Amino acid sequence: MTAERRSGTVEVVDPGPLSTLQDRGRRGWAHLGVPRAGALDRGAAALARRLVGGGPDDAVIETTVGGVVLRPHRAVTLAVTGATCVVRVDGRAVAHGAPATVPAGALVSVGPAVTGVRSYVAFAGGIAVAPVLGSRSTDTLAWVGPPRLAAGDLLDLGPTGQLPEPPPAVVVRPREPVLRLRRGPRADWLDRTGWSRLDGASYAVAPDSDRIGLRLIGARLERRGGELASEGIVLGAVQLPPSGQPVVFLADHPTTGGYPVVAVVEDDDLDLCAQLRPGDEVLLRVV
Amino acid sequence: MTDVMVVDVGTRACLVEVEDAVAAASLASWVRAAGLPAEEVVPAARTVLLDGVDPAAVRELLPRWAAQQAAPPGPLVRVAVRYSGPDLARVADHWGCTTEEVVDLHTSLEFTSTFCGFAPGFAYLAGLPDERAVPRLESPRARVAPGSVGLADTWCGVYPTASPGGWLLIGTTDADLWDVDRAEPALLAPGTRVRFEAQQ
Repeated sequence: MTAERRSGTVEVVDPGPLSTLQDRGRRGWAHLGVPRAGALDRGAAALARRLVGGGPDDAVIETTVGGVVLRPHRAVTLAVTGATCVVRVDGRAVAHGAPATVPAGALVSVGPAVTGVRSYVAFAGGIAVAPVLGSRSTDTLAWVGPPRLAAGDLLDLGPTGQLPEPPPAVVVRPREPVLRLRRGPRADWLDRTGWSRLDGASYAVAPDSDRIGLRLIGARLERRGGELASEGIVLGAVQLPPSGQPVVFLADHPTTGGYPVVAVVEDDDLDLCAQLRPGDEVLLRVV
Repeated sequence: MTDVMVVDVGTRACLVEVEDAVAAASLASWVRAAGLPAEEVVPAARTVLLDGVDPAAVRELLPRWAAQQAAPPGPLVRVAVRYSGPDLARVADHWGCTTEEVVDLHTSLEFTSTFCGFAPGFAYLAGLPDERAVPRLESPRARVAPGSVGLADTWCGVYPTASPGGWLLIGTTDADLWDVDRAEPALLAPGTRVRFEAQQ
């Protein structure tokens, strides 16, 4: 990159397989077909912001399995949360889940996920890209918002506000891989046998799961025949296509869809969906 | 009281089932005007999704809608079209008329944007009579150019961005259908009335 290097920027050296900017997402545009987007693991993104003294609407970087390599051009405070990984500053390991101050020009390497899928990198001051429709999030379905990170990108940081409190030790307990399901608007497309089969069933995470949906593979759920007109979809909706293999809709889900939503995943269990890897087993519980 | 059913979607959203897409668009406009504090109001073919609400509050509010169903007409947008789409002759075949008559009929109707979906700003426009329903392509095109005007079933739609698509394409417009920097990013937001005009 030969471009002039402004102070206050972070250079993307290697974006890994997929790194995007995410905040809390867009609200109020679903009726125009714009997905909500936003950090998939909301708790981990919020923790990263808190660790650097940021506000709830600051944008952070979300990585996907492979990590990201960055070079800040001024001294910055950053924190990495979410999927566990080795974080190095000029080759020296620094703690995951704690704020770190990094000198200007240092190479920050957020390594591949050791457990989980998505790590979050927050900077004090937040990432100051222009919001699109009220949000700095990238949506990977319609690609509304800033483009995915590419090598050579320079990210401006906002002004640093209050310095963070002395870093607390953060212990993130591993979560039980359980998804609690509530009956959805089209629950009757599954008969009683289907529902009893679903409760306590174990499904595997499919490799084509992404920010749009967590695709599950397991016992085929026989649904009622017929056609449903397209209808609005909520975050966590469990859609049942004719294949009988359920899909849990995540942040970048289409705003409407024509397959029946038989169940809805409890909101508290959605962060887990962001960190399940292909092949992981997940237990379904009907509440 | 018309047939309105409220179905819970989790604990903080519900679907309101109505007769058709026109009723859904009308209910969506009414709910917004009534000031129900919903995060999202999403009309679709036969439902309106209210997300980020207390379903009990919706059940309380709805009986008042039935009483005043006629929503005020939305803004009228005129869209200039060059009727030279690759499927114009196919539509004429389905309707048993000439391509000129397809253009005459399409420009004589007033459409209403009922809901968006598929892609940001892609509006499902109602207004084609039932007997003018046309099938989708058996095999969708890999890329439909932005501005393409298409028909499918009794819907008319204009592709805001390049995408795959299976609708029968009858023409093209230069109208700016989607612009995130506008206060109203979608030219054909739900509730908008649309008239097409032939452009040479």
